[in-house]
Amino acid sequence: MAESNHGTGGLKFDKKKIGWPNELNIFIALIIIILIFEALGQSLPYMKDQSFLFDTRDRFDSIFNEARLRIIILQVSIIGIIALGVTQVIISGGIDLSSGPLVGASAMIVMSFAQTELVNGGPNPKAVFGEWAFDLPVLIPVIIALAFGALIGAINGSLIAFTRIPPFIATLGMFLICRGIAQAWTRGKPVSFPTEGYAALGSGMMPVYWFIGLAILFHFVLKYTLYGKHTYAIGSNEDAARMSGINVQRHKVMVYMVASMLAAFAAVILSSKNLTAQSGMGIFYELYAIAMAVIGGVSLTGGRGSIIGTVLGAMVFGVIQSGFTYIKLDAYYQLMAMGAIIIGAVVLDKVRQERAALRT
Amino acid sequence: MTDIILETKGLTKHYGGVHALSDADFVLHKGEHVAIMGDNGAGKSTFVRQITGVEQRTSGTIRFDGKEVNFSGPIRAREAGIETVFQTLALADDLNVPDNLFLGREITMCNWLGPFRLLNYRAMRQATLEGLERTAVKIPNINNTIQNMSGGQRQCVAIARTATFPSKLTIMDEPTAALGVQETEQVENIIRTLKKAGDPLILISHNMRQVMDLVDRIVVFRRGRIVANLNRDETDGQDVVAYITGAKTGAEYEGAA
Repeated sequence: MAESNHGTGGLKFDKKKIGWPNELNIFIALIIIILIFEALGQSLPYMKDQSFLFDTRDRFDSIFNEARLRIIILQVSIIGIIALGVTQVIISGGIDLSSGPLVGASAMIVMSFAQTELVNGGPNPKAVFGEWAFDLPVLIPVIIALAFGALIGAINGSLIAFTRIPPFIATLGMFLICRGIAQAWTRGKPVSFPTEGYAALGSGMMPVYWFIGLAILFHFVLKYTLYGKHTYAIGSNEDAARMSGINVQRHKVMVYMVASMLAAFAAVILSSKNLTAQSGMGIFYELYAIAMAVIGGVSLTGGRGSIIGTVLGAMVFGVIQSGFTYIKLDAYYQLMAMGAIIIGAVVLDKVRQERAALRT
Repeated sequence: MTDIILETKGLTKHYGGVHALSDADFVLHKGEHVAIMGDNGAGKSTFVRQITGVEQRTSGTIRFDGKEVNFSGPIRAREAGIETVFQTLALADDLNVPDNLFLGREITMCNWLGPFRLLNYRAMRQATLEGLERTAVKIPNINNTIQNMSGGQRQCVAIARTATFPSKLTIMDEPTAALGVQETEQVENIIRTLKKAGDPLILISHNMRQVMDLVDRIVVFRRGRIVANLNRDETDGQDVVAYITGAKTGAEYEGAA
């Protein structure tokens, strides 16, 4: 605003401000991080010239270390699915801390409807319900998961939209409630032995395919649908959105529902992949999902970010995690370093915003 | 059939014990451009907020387009045909020009998809370009987000939004207060376009030259009351200032201030 007083008029326009998407920065950062680990691998005395991502065993079929690549992608894909939902919540100006415990609670509940009757010829030792809940078609547990996610999301969203509790507090409460549900469901006992159909949902590389498929779907949803546009509008300027006739309250409920449904679906994939559900599943997932989004350039103040960014953020996250293991960093230090990286990403976002504010 | 588009009778707003607006009787005819002037705190913005439903009045009646109205919020007012440019621009910073213009009334396809229906970017872009052309607003790149625009461009977008859609009444609350010379000129051009099209306008402004240039009639507020109702051709700047400062009070408003 201040600039207009110089009488330069409203007609100048700096072409450089567009055409350089933020996603490209993250991609470059991803490459740089890979190169750093590659360099560390070459220079650290105990590494014996191993390569981080490239094949050093002189096979001709691939230049990459496929096993590590596969692990990286597999590792991030389940939390990545949660991050797709968290991205929408953060873009709308909110935050969702309940997704991790929701994974635990959903996994416990869903697995109870996905058990087989017979294990190795004998009755299922982990059975939760009676005979009616055995060997149900795979669609039933999935629908139950989505319904449970929708319910939790609707409660989150309604609390935030109608009582105007800060999203942080509302979802923190739900964080505890969901962890409680997860533990109360079977008094802490794990639920295991799913049907073959259920186990197939998350076997092998299936989590990666789900992640990529959902990422493409929600990239499209955020960019080309009314839902997406209103999500950005609310996060950008809630008052403007309201004055423009957008039903802000209803939309917020919807955003939190979508996010929780994605988290519940992630629980399906996770429990299917592990062939068991435990009440402690999903610890730190909410924070990792938020970290992926923030590293991917989703602004915590709302209005900015993209699914492409979050997917790249997830890759950065996975590469760093895998890289730490690669250079044999102790697990405790890994957690500390991860925390530092998340803070760094938020600081970077802040600096970026302040620079943007200076420009206008 | 009368040619009155907006009429208020005894419009009053109290904030607790503060009488921000008392007994405002106001008439706006079709095609007429009226300026509202007055000191800070004279009740101008309060008056507009009651009409547009941003706040609920304490007492009084509002007739709009021949019907008595009771807007529960600015959205209802807009649906009825009152477009308002607020002092605080209601724009989303992270969206571009067409997105902001069509915020809350997007052109969509595949409407059976409900909230997930698809945006028709091409149609909105086209309509935006036409709207900007009609209002003679020049914005070099409509795909630029609002945060990368100058204050003048932002204001033009906000005004173009009200001018792009057919409305029965446009209200602008100090549209040029923060603008430079060139930008102010653009905004004034938009107002002239509205005049030519016969769209009625309520303009709140502190700029005497602008008011004298643009409007047909000047209504002066002082201490929450209307103290003068002057035809532009029968008055001059000094006269208006006398009313604003309270040195003079209109004959029909004796005892008001």
